[in-house]
Amino acid sequence: MMVVSAEQRKRARSVGFAYLVLAVICFGIFTRRAGSAGFKISETGQFSLPAQGFAWALGIVLVALAAAQLYRGLGKLSNIVLALATAAFFMSFLSWAAAGDSFSFVGMLQDTVSRSVPITLGAIGGILSERSGVINISIEGMLLAAACTSAIAASLTNLWLGTLAGILTGVALAAVLAVLSIRYKVDQVIVGFAINFFALGITSFISFRVLVPNRDTMNNLLPVMPIEIPVLSDIPFFGQIFFVQTIFVYFSFAAVALATWGLYRTKWGLRTRAIGEYPKAAGTLGVDVNKLRYRNLLLAGAVAGVGGAWWPIGIVGRFDQNITAGRGFIALAAVIFGRWHPVGALCGALVFALAEAVRLKIGNFDTGIPSEFLIMAPYVVTIIVVAGFIGASRAPKAAGQPYDDQ
Amino acid sequence: MKFELKGITKRFPGVVANDQVSLEVSTGEVLALIGENGAGKSTLMNVLYGIYRADEGEILIDGSPVSFSSPADAIAAGIGMVHQHFMLVPVMTVAENVVLGVEPTGRFGSLDISEARRMVREVSDKYHLELDPDAVIEDLPVGVRQRVEIVKVLLRDAKIVVFDEPTAVLTPSEILEFFEIVKTLVSAGRGVIFITHKLKEALTIADRINVLRRGKVAGAADPKHATEAEIAEMMVGRAVQLVVDKSVAKPGESVLRVANLSVVEPDGRTVVDSVSFEVRAGEIVGVAGVQGNGQTELVEAIAGLRRAASGSVTLDGKEITSYSPRERHSAGMAHIPEDRQRQGLVVDQSIVENLVLTRYHDDEFSSGFLMKWDAAEAKAKELVAAYDIRTNDPTQSASTLSGGNQQKVIVARELSRDIRLAVASQPTRGIDVGSIEYIHAQMVKERDAGTAVLVVSTELDEVMSLSDRVLVMYRGKIVADLDPKTVSHMDVGLYMAGSRPDEARAS
Repeated sequence: MMVVSAEQRKRARSVGFAYLVLAVICFGIFTRRAGSAGFKISETGQFSLPAQGFAWALGIVLVALAAAQLYRGLGKLSNIVLALATAAFFMSFLSWAAAGDSFSFVGMLQDTVSRSVPITLGAIGGILSERSGVINISIEGMLLAAACTSAIAASLTNLWLGTLAGILTGVALAAVLAVLSIRYKVDQVIVGFAINFFALGITSFISFRVLVPNRDTMNNLLPVMPIEIPVLSDIPFFGQIFFVQTIFVYFSFAAVALATWGLYRTKWGLRTRAIGEYPKAAGTLGVDVNKLRYRNLLLAGAVAGVGGAWWPIGIVGRFDQNITAGRGFIALAAVIFGRWHPVGALCGALVFALAEAVRLKIGNFDTGIPSEFLIMAPYVVTIIVVAGFIGASRAPKAAGQPYDDQ
Repeated sequence: MKFELKGITKRFPGVVANDQVSLEVSTGEVLALIGENGAGKSTLMNVLYGIYRADEGEILIDGSPVSFSSPADAIAAGIGMVHQHFMLVPVMTVAENVVLGVEPTGRFGSLDISEARRMVREVSDKYHLELDPDAVIEDLPVGVRQRVEIVKVLLRDAKIVVFDEPTAVLTPSEILEFFEIVKTLVSAGRGVIFITHKLKEALTIADRINVLRRGKVAGAADPKHATEAEIAEMMVGRAVQLVVDKSVAKPGESVLRVANLSVVEPDGRTVVDSVSFEVRAGEIVGVAGVQGNGQTELVEAIAGLRRAASGSVTLDGKEITSYSPRERHSAGMAHIPEDRQRQGLVVDQSIVENLVLTRYHDDEFSSGFLMKWDAAEAKAKELVAAYDIRTNDPTQSASTLSGGNQQKVIVARELSRDIRLAVASQPTRGIDVGSIEYIHAQMVKERDAGTAVLVVSTELDEVMSLSDRVLVMYRGKIVADLDPKTVSHMDVGLYMAGSRPDEARAS
């Protein structure tokens, strides 16, 4: 007999009910469309899934899983099974949407990785701030303002200076947050809100009054092209997804690796984690808590600035009003999803970006889902993921509390 | 080496925390710094440690003046501090906590964690402070956490180690261990400043005693000759009653009856295991035990803050097991909780509000919908006077009071009602001698008025001197029911550790 706590039993039960809900969707919706869906996995190759057959089969498996969960729980296998079932459900959804048609599966995943960039970089910015004990909800504002300035600077000069403009913009807004929340101890959430609204207002103004009249000179640039990494890009399937991407994608992977190493393997990381959990412990050992918070916030602003520059320079080639559309908030959800760990945040960013890429893809099919609902997809996924799968997670303890060194 | 504080004055808005305080300590000796809460001990040490800057006065090391603008300066000068509330990051390991601020690094600022482990082991071997460098702080018992703090200080090569109320959080056996550590430090040529308000401990371990009262030096004492009473008088400014003064109890009818009560944690652990006992009118029953043996949970189950898994609680013959806390209050139960800041008070609200917290809904203080603040304030004034709560203005927040006075607010609120049973958990933890004396007297007064009193304390002295009957709790069970007049401290200590005195003597 497995020893299970009340907590585990409760979780096993709620996962069981989730399986039942998914099974109902399989039976009720995904079996309604006949035909096979073609998934292109390279320029020539593709596999196909019969939409109805797959949905029936998956539905039956899900009912079985639900019964197993409700009866006694799956113990250690629980999470792996959940991940596999979710992936299978996702495939069933795609084959339902694309029944009788075919689409580029590899292209959709490639798009996912590309779209994860601003979310990942925003999340790294969030992690750097919150790990040092400062709540940073102004990631959205930093992304948006950086997108705007980098579009202008890149149109007027070149892509490098454009990106630099984005970085400096992120740093400048971070400096405002830092001074108000560290020096003047203003409530960090309020300052964050103020920065977000300021960024939205000023960039909308610039967009209407400056960029629209001067579209050709100030808001017109050629975004960067994907770079094929030799050898790695030849790996079947995955090569296309991960190694034929723009420099922004490679930068965001590097940022995740560097942040992970930095936080867990360096002196800086030890101090940063300490001041986010219990700043007094570090302060009484002679660590200058507030100075480190300043530095980390500015660094967070710089990273978010690169994330903002992704829109004009990495994909779209221009700035539009509110182009970020809440991706900064989704980045914060990715922080929570990843439990304040950079790699976890990257996974979260990929999940959210996938929702967006799917939305763009299945918009082409006649699924009968109103497009307004499709646009909601990334946000709905955010709510489900954060509320349902993450549950209670532990934020850095001192996040939100100003540190007084007297 | 000799460290001197000379004429230190530190003012805060409205108070002079230190007024021309001077003291000195040399390596190789233990100086006990005694004073009531709020006497300025911690302020003085924060000045020495570079956290506060003194308004007047100077710090001298071997006769030459130094100035500290941050803890980093003080550490560099050879001063180490073990704070009362440990300065440890709970989610990090021992090694990470110890090297924080002096991290050994490899290439590119990378942390050399194996070197950090080695550093921890080196210090812990040298001073016999057993530690696992990879243990995570939040999994460690308090005594071990204190060892981590000591290793932290020694790693920075402190010549003088300041311990701020080090024994407040320790169990009796951990206190003995702590004294051994202090002796090791002194014989290794370090100096120790031991801040405390426990006189017995100061007399046991110190070479010299300095007493602070209201921010000033009240005098010095030689532990070889001075008595507890003399030092207590110096500390409080008047003669203090150190032993509880009470007559023989005249127990009446049974008031509280606990039968086969069990409490189970959400993770399945049984923390109170089928406990039965009764408390009669006019007697004080004490529950002794080392922290964490189910006392907290037992009290919470009696007070209605925690659901009992099985068993019953009966008050005056009425079963109240499923009553809410307010229903229990109305039935005549008073509860003085263990954690006064979190459970006993709403510290950021006013003293008036805190004093009517269990009665604000009575007709006396509210007319259905609106509060009668005039009545509440009048009542508060009355209680402030009757229970000797030291405040100029009861409309100020409870956080402005000292610990002892905060506790008096709770005692006043709970005992001033018409009650049949008083349940007090750690009623005097961390408060000054004067307040302890007062609170003990109030509880004896309640007893003599015919109230049943249940006192839970991890301070064995307190349980033994206050109670008419002593129960010992060990691993969720009551293992002994003793008469404090006939049983020795030693034997109670053995029960607390889970053995039986007859067996222990036989082996």
